[in-house]
Amino acid sequence: MSDLGLLVETARPLPQPRVITPGLTTGDKVFRFLAAAAAASVLAILGLVALFLVLEAEPALKVSGLKFLTTFEWNPDGTPAHFGIAALIYGTAMIAFIALVVALPVAVGSALFVNEYAPVRLGRPLVALLDLLAAVPSLIYGMWGLYYLQPHLQGTSRWLTDHLGFIPFFHTTRPVFGSSMFIAGIVVGLMVLPIVASVTREVLSQAPRGVCEAALALGGSRWGMIRSVILPFGRSGIVGAAMLGLGRALGETIAIALILAFNFKITTQILAPGGGSVAGLIANNFGEAGEAQRHALVAAGLALFVITLIVNTVARIIVNRTSKGKMED
Amino acid sequence: MTDIPMADVRIDTAVLSTGPKISTSGGGSLRADGVTAWFGKHCIIAGVDMDMPAGSVTSIIGPSGCGKSTFLRTLNRMHELVPSAAMAGEVRLDGVDIYGAGSRPALMRLRIGMVFQKPNPFPTMSIGENVLSGLKLAGIPCRDKAEMTERCLNKAGLWAEVKDRLGAPAGALSGGQQQRLCIARSLAVSPRVLLMDEPCSALDPSSTKRIEETIREISSQVTVVIVTHNMQQAARVSDYTAFFLADKGEPGRIVEFGPTGEIFNAPNDPRTEDYIHGRFG
Ligand SMILES: Nc1ncnc2c1ncn2[C@@H]1O[C@H](COP(=O)(O)OP(=O)(O)OP(=O)(O)O)[C@@H](O)[C@H]1O
Ligand SMILES: [Mg+2]
Repeated sequence: MSDLGLLVETARPLPQPRVITPGLTTGDKVFRFLAAAAAASVLAILGLVALFLVLEAEPALKVSGLKFLTTFEWNPDGTPAHFGIAALIYGTAMIAFIALVVALPVAVGSALFVNEYAPVRLGRPLVALLDLLAAVPSLIYGMWGLYYLQPHLQGTSRWLTDHLGFIPFFHTTRPVFGSSMFIAGIVVGLMVLPIVASVTREVLSQAPRGVCEAALALGGSRWGMIRSVILPFGRSGIVGAAMLGLGRALGETIAIALILAFNFKITTQILAPGGGSVAGLIANNFGEAGEAQRHALVAAGLALFVITLIVNTVARIIVNRTSKGKMED
Repeated sequence: MTDIPMADVRIDTAVLSTGPKISTSGGGSLRADGVTAWFGKHCIIAGVDMDMPAGSVTSIIGPSGCGKSTFLRTLNRMHELVPSAAMAGEVRLDGVDIYGAGSRPALMRLRIGMVFQKPNPFPTMSIGENVLSGLKLAGIPCRDKAEMTERCLNKAGLWAEVKDRLGAPAGALSGGQQQRLCIARSLAVSPRVLLMDEPCSALDPSSTKRIEETIREISSQVTVVIVTHNMQQAARVSDYTAFFLADKGEPGRIVEFGPTGEIFNAPNDPRTEDYIHGRFG
């Protein structure tokens, strides 16, 4: 049988592939054009934004050169002009990190509860509620953080510095708490919680059911199943979800502008007033900025744009890989 | 009440880890009494009575969708894991109702193991870790891990093929090897009963033969209940056979249950005869 097939193949030359016409109707063609235009416009907008940032940032970057990324003064209008965003990048990263420390355990916990423990009747509303958190405008979070959370976290901050002060991050020189990176980080953490939780939930729900059942059928508890099957399966997906949250946290503006007592220092004392972030800097200064200041701020924006683009892309790649690669158990 | 069975388990493993005594431990007797199961309002099986004596192999046959898997899953409390699932009746392991007040589902599943239709080794663990995973999950200490791994893999007829690569990921095995690994994993916790839901349906004839041999070998130590669509397999491996059937829109019921020889050679019910000889819708 296979011998025969081989014979036929060698005897006859391979044909050219035929041209197949898709046979689209006029309606199809119009719709295809519109859809393609919509898709192209998304790319065009992204490109235009990048182009604008580069062009507008260029005068400032010419003045400061590489110092823009390594120094931490902010005086673009002075003569000579000095400005760099090192402290702000540090502050942005620190706040985003605190946000993740707050958001990730809650996200993983809620995802596991909804997927593995909650009865369907409780799980559905819980998911809806969690997603609703994402719909609350960040201004509201900022105000709530400033007027409610800040006074209520005084005690926590004091306790942390009293008992865990030996850890550099919890050390404070003066017992003044508030307007700190700690509080800003917590508020941003609450803001990014919904996205981290919903991606985590999605990724963990992809864990192969058959393998989960195997763990239970061996006499494992729910927790045993989670530890031996679900978490190892979802590990990289959780990392991806965290990075998506990180992408959001990096760009968060309002809460930080409201809460933080802005300065341009690099400090480990996250409980003390002070700190800064790139997005917060732009929000605070863009309105009354002069020519030189404006270029410098756009340059800061460009840095933020590049960082978030990288973080989000990496996160998407990780999330997609976990949810596709392990579909089949 | 809940502590007492746990102590039993420890004794079981003590017996197991001293080695030779295992052959005398024997399987447990399992008895289903009026077992009825639902998904939501939909009744899947009704009034199933079945006696599976210690150390026997019982096969369950019947057309697709008649509730064989559902019945099997009521026998080790896997059924209740589906949110809408409900059941009635009793399942007695050595005379004790596994659904009784104070009996823990996890402990019942430890004693009544299960092998699934689709091989499902833990993909993130190595072959060796898979064998011992049940002990770890149930928190049962194991003194001689190497010896335990070898013995269980031997019983499942897999040792010769994997002894040089116990550290390799379980996913690297073929489907038939994975299924035998799952059997080894189930045997490591020394269950009293082993439930098998079409364990050979995804396997080639030689892997199937290996698993049938395994079933015959382990049946002196553990009671086996196997669901199969393969009549020859049921005839070859089992001591008793139950024929399930669900009429249209009706829950599945037992049509006939008895010694395998009788069911296959001289069935009482014409429907059994029709099914066995492939004259059935
Ligand atoms: N999780 C579930 N939810 C709702 N209905 C279910 C569920 N699982 C099975 N059923 C229904 O229960 C009935 C019996 O299913 P079951 O899997 O027990 O059949 P089976 O005899 O094992 O069939 P097969 O030989 O094809 O494996 C089917 O009608 C099926 O649709
Ligand atoms: Mg089935």
